Order: sequence, then C-alpha cells, then structure tokens
Amino acid sequence: MSRIKQRFADLKAEGRKALVPYITAGDPDPALTVDMMHALAQAGADIIELGVPFSDPMADGPVIQQACERALAKGTTLRRVLDMVAEFRRNDAQTPVVLMGYLNPIECLGWAAFGEQAATAGVDGLLAVDLSSEEAAELTPVVRDAGLDSIFLVAPTTSQARVARICEHASGFVYYVSVKGVTGSATLDVDALADRLAWLREHTPLPLGVGFGIGTPEAAAAVSRVADAVVVGSVLVKEIARIGEDRQALCQALAAVLGDMRRAMDAVEA
Amino acid sequence: MADTQDNIAARWRGMPDARGHFGPYGGSFVAETLMAPLEALSQAYAQYREDPAFMAELDRDMQDYVGRPSPIYHAERWSRKLGGAQIWLKREDLNHTGAHKINNTIGQGLLAARMGKQRIIAETGAGQHGVASATVAARLGLKCVVYMGSEDMRRQAPNVYRMRLLGAEVVPVESGSKTLKDALNEALRDWVTNVDDTFYIIGTVAGPRPYPQMVRDFQSVIGREARAQMLERCGRLPDSVVACVGGGSNAIGIFHPFLDDETVTLCGVEAGGDGVDTGRHAAPLSAGRAGVLHGNRTYIMQDEHGQIGLTHSVSAGLDYPGVGPEHAWLKDIGRAEYVSVTDSQALAAFHELTRVEGIMPALESAHALAYAAELARRGASDDIILVNLSGRGDKDMASVAEAEGRSL
Repeated sequence: MSRIKQRFADLKAEGRKALVPYITAGDPDPALTVDMMHALAQAGADIIELGVPFSDPMADGPVIQQACERALAKGTTLRRVLDMVAEFRRNDAQTPVVLMGYLNPIECLGWAAFGEQAATAGVDGLLAVDLSSEEAAELTPVVRDAGLDSIFLVAPTTSQARVARICEHASGFVYYVSVKGVTGSATLDVDALADRLAWLREHTPLPLGVGFGIGTPEAAAAVSRVADAVVVGSVLVKEIARIGEDRQALCQALAAVLGDMRRAMDAVEA
Repeated sequence: MADTQDNIAARWRGMPDARGHFGPYGGSFVAETLMAPLEALSQAYAQYREDPAFMAELDRDMQDYVGRPSPIYHAERWSRKLGGAQIWLKREDLNHTGAHKINNTIGQGLLAARMGKQRIIAETGAGQHGVASATVAARLGLKCVVYMGSEDMRRQAPNVYRMRLLGAEVVPVESGSKTLKDALNEALRDWVTNVDDTFYIIGTVAGPRPYPQMVRDFQSVIGREARAQMLERCGRLPDSVVACVGGGSNAIGIFHPFLDDETVTLCGVEAGGDGVDTGRHAAPLSAGRAGVLHGNRTYIMQDEHGQIGLTHSVSAGLDYPGVGPEHAWLKDIGRAEYVSVTDSQALAAFHELTRVEGIMPALESAHALAYAAELARRGASDDIILVNLSGRGDKDMASVAEAEGRSL
C-alpha cells in the first residue's frame, strides 16, 4: 500500500481529516527546507506538498511566484529537491511527500529518470499543474510504474465529461481547486464546495483534497467538514517571506500557523 | 522524391490533429481550470470557421477596416544595390495599426463578440499586438486589459500611450524578466481568475490548443494574398519566402499557403541578439531544446535544469523564449529552415531599407530583411525573394536611437 493510501486509511480509522501544508522547496534557502518539513510534520501535517520551483509558474499567485524566485536565486534544482526529500526520509519514514510543480523541469530530467530518482528519494506522488488529462496518457504510466501516485486537479470549471477521464488517471487523492483563480486568491464558498465534492465523489473512490484560497483556521475547519484533506500554501509561504533565513523562527512560525489549523480541524471532528 | 513530398504534404494538411498536436509538439498543457474555456473556444472556433456569415464579416473587416489586401512591392533600388536576387516585400506594415497583428485580433475579436464575452485580455511585447487588441476592443465596445512587461513598457512607451488612448488598461508586469513571457504568464493568471466573462486574445501561434491553429488560420491571409500576387505580378512563385520568427505568427501566416509548393524555400529568421554563441539571444529553434511552456510543447530556451532562459533581443516583439509548435514541427521535418541574425545586422537592415526605399521597417521585420539581403547577394538576378514586412518601424525610433547611443 502506498504511503498516501496508508495515511488516508489511518486517518479514516481515527475519524480525522488530512492537513496538507505546501512550501516551495529551497525557499528561502535549500539548506532550510528539510528542517521546515520536519517542523510541519511535527505540527500535524499528514502529507507534505513540496513545491518544485519553476521560472514561469503560470497557475500561481504573487506569493508563490516570489517563493519560486527566491528558491531559484539560491540555486534550487529538481535534483536538489529530490536530495531534500531523501534527507527528510532519514528521519521520517511515514509522512507522505508529494511534489507539486510544472512539467518542464521534469521533461528536462526525463520522465523515466524522474520516476526512478523520485521513488528512490522517497517521493510518494506528483502533481504536475500543467499536465492536463488530455496529455497524461503517455506520462502518468511512467510515474505510476515507478510507484508514485499521480495527483490531478479538478476545477470549478471541470465538466462532467472531463472529470471521468481525470479520475481515470488519478491515484492517491484528487485535488479540488476551490476557487477560479491562482493560488492564494479569493476566499471560498463552503456550501458550493460541498455540492461540487458530492458530485466529484460520484466519479471516484479516492480521497478528496481541497486547496487554493484556504488561509485561516476557520476556513480549514469549514473545509474539513466536507473534504478529506485540506491543502494550505500561500499563508505558510507568506510567513516564510516575512521571516527570511532564520531557521528557528521559520520552524516555529510554520508550526504555529499549522498547529492552529490542526486544532481547529480536530475540534470540528471531536 | 515526389512520393515523399506528397506524403509530407498530406501530413501537414492534417495538422494539427484533433488534440492540437503538430507531430510531437503543441497540445494543451495548462492548469485544469483553463481546460473548459479552451474547449469552449475550440468548439466556437470550429463552428464559426464554417459559418458563412462569420467569414463574410471577417472578409469585410479585413477589406474595409484593415485595408486588405496589402500590396506586394518590388524593392528594386535595394535589390539593385545588393546586386543579386530581386526582393519583394509583402506590405503588412500598411495595415491599420501598422502590423500584421490586426489580422488575428480582428478574427478573435469577432469570435469574442459571438461568444458573448464582455472583456478581452491580451499580452504584448513590442506593443503591436496590444495596440491591435485595444483597437478591436474599442471598435466592438469591449473592455480591454493588456499585460506588458515593465521593461517593454519602457522600451515601447509610444505604444503604451496609444493603447491607453484607445481605452485599454495597460498593466505593467514586474515578475520574472519583465518581458513578453512574463506578460503571457500574467494574462493566463487573469484568465484563470476571470474565466466566465473574459476572452484571451493570444497574439501569436503559441499557447495551448486551439490558439496555434486559430491564429495561423487568421494570419494565413498574408500568404494566400502574397501567393496570388506573386503569380499575377511575376508569373511565378518566389524562390524563397523569408519572415522573422518570435512566437512566429507572421511567419506561419506567410508560410502556410506555400507549404505545398516544394520549390519555394521557407526561411524563418530568429533574433540572434548579441550572437547565438554568446547566449544572449532569443533563438529557441536555433539554439533551444524541446520542452513545455505556456500551454504547448515546443522548442524553448532553457537551462540544464529546465528553467526558462532569459532572452535578449533589440526587438521587444521577438524577445520570447518559445516559438509556435508548428514551426518546431516544420523545422524537424525539414520543410522550413530557421536561421538567426544579430541585433546589429537587424539595425543595419533597418537603416538600409529606410534610406534606400523610404520604408521604415519594424525592428522585428528588419531581422527578416537582414537575412534576405544576405540571400539576395548570393542569388542570381532573376531569383525572387519574398519578405514579409510584418510591421512599420515608427514605434522603434526610440529603441534604435538608444541602441546607437542617441536620445530623441
């Protein structure tokens, strides 16, 4: 059983929902990322989404764009991100790690090489933002053969016809984009979200994660009533931008923000 | 030979395939939120391109508003001076708004109106596509927002003011390299946020399906006219057709109707900047590798880790790290050849045409002229080279002065 599947099974048994923090690897410095990942895991992260920085992150808002710029300025590459995961795995064999990013750095490394190296490093899944299900037929089998889950986005605009094909390619969980917009944009409407998730559950038995626009403990708690996983990113990345390269302050701040969300979510289910 | 050519011709007539692929290039590589509006656009375009009323309106606008057909002009004095082949110019610089860009924005603008969209957005580099989009928006009564890199706004200040006079909002883009690629990113971010009421007019033959095909179709009027005009004026087809390639819309526009004419050499000229060997250029077909950027797989300039490379060109309109997927494919199958010329060669051609023929070309088009001059010198006096003079150069006066250490 994949680490992601195992994690969702455990959570279900405990009656809890998954909290999935996102940070951009290498922001503010590649030497700080692994400690921040451990801090997130200790503060209640069930899965860690690690952003692979890209020069042209067209689906991201300014907060994550700037994180990418900071990480790239410090020499972060896809290979170094895989090294970070391998280092994280030395002290954490349980917390699943999903890489989130854009296709070109992966294409550049080569799909087969990426699958093999990512699996060896201990990566559990890949979410390639600009890989549409139309183009996925040749690429996702390579990733899956390496033992990685393929996480796909479903959007407010996704049609009935498309959702079936997306779910065909998806494994691990399905990521529902809660707003029309880039990461870190407008706030979401939980009632509308509940309807869409109910519709999505008709198409897949996989757990449903929700992200984009969840920035407060209240929002995380509200989403956790209807979703299986809550993804938070920009709010954490803003903290990183505010603090800069202070290892201890970064780990404390991330733990504080995530801890508040964890407690708010667990209070819902208690 | 003939058999092979027939096979190739059959293959390009079928391009792109139903999923927007030109061989291994093209496709739809965007975040899921944009897949639905792209599908709606594909369907609307497929419907209206077969709709006689739509096509009649497009033809009428091309004639009465754009001023088509644009003439071809024999640059006799320049040809004589070069001492070789005869250079003919397809005068897209004479179109309304001064470049080929309007051919596409008229088409997409009419489509936006048919689809009931109230707001159009566009990216622009040199500002010509932004001006052409703002122009169409003014005429159709649509709101228009143009994204432009702040570095390009500085280089192309007159076009920024022109767009504002036309009622468009020009948004400076400060991210990344502050040029065309970043403007495209920002326009995609706007579209994903305002997907219900907004139509994104992409200005070149790149981007996700259906843009490479749709923009090609709207721009192919250039080649259809030029082919007929050459037959009428010269009694034969040209030996070479030369066009500059940034994203590649004016080049595909003039190349496409000549694809079946195997005697015609098609030559795309990329921006060599300081020289392709210096790394400071914008020539992905000459010095890039296949990758994925802005919704399609194509040749792109990138570093060894897959990050998009910084580009350099004296011409803002060619300062782009990608290129339309159909060009990538035409290069691979050998139907078109791609070369580059440097900033200084382009500047020399800019001056040459201005002084010898009294035609001031856009710096983009000056790249094609520079290569055509080289070809002409090597050619026989009865060889014919057709150059797409894709735009006029008034907008570039400040850039030319700056490149030469003067101020206006």
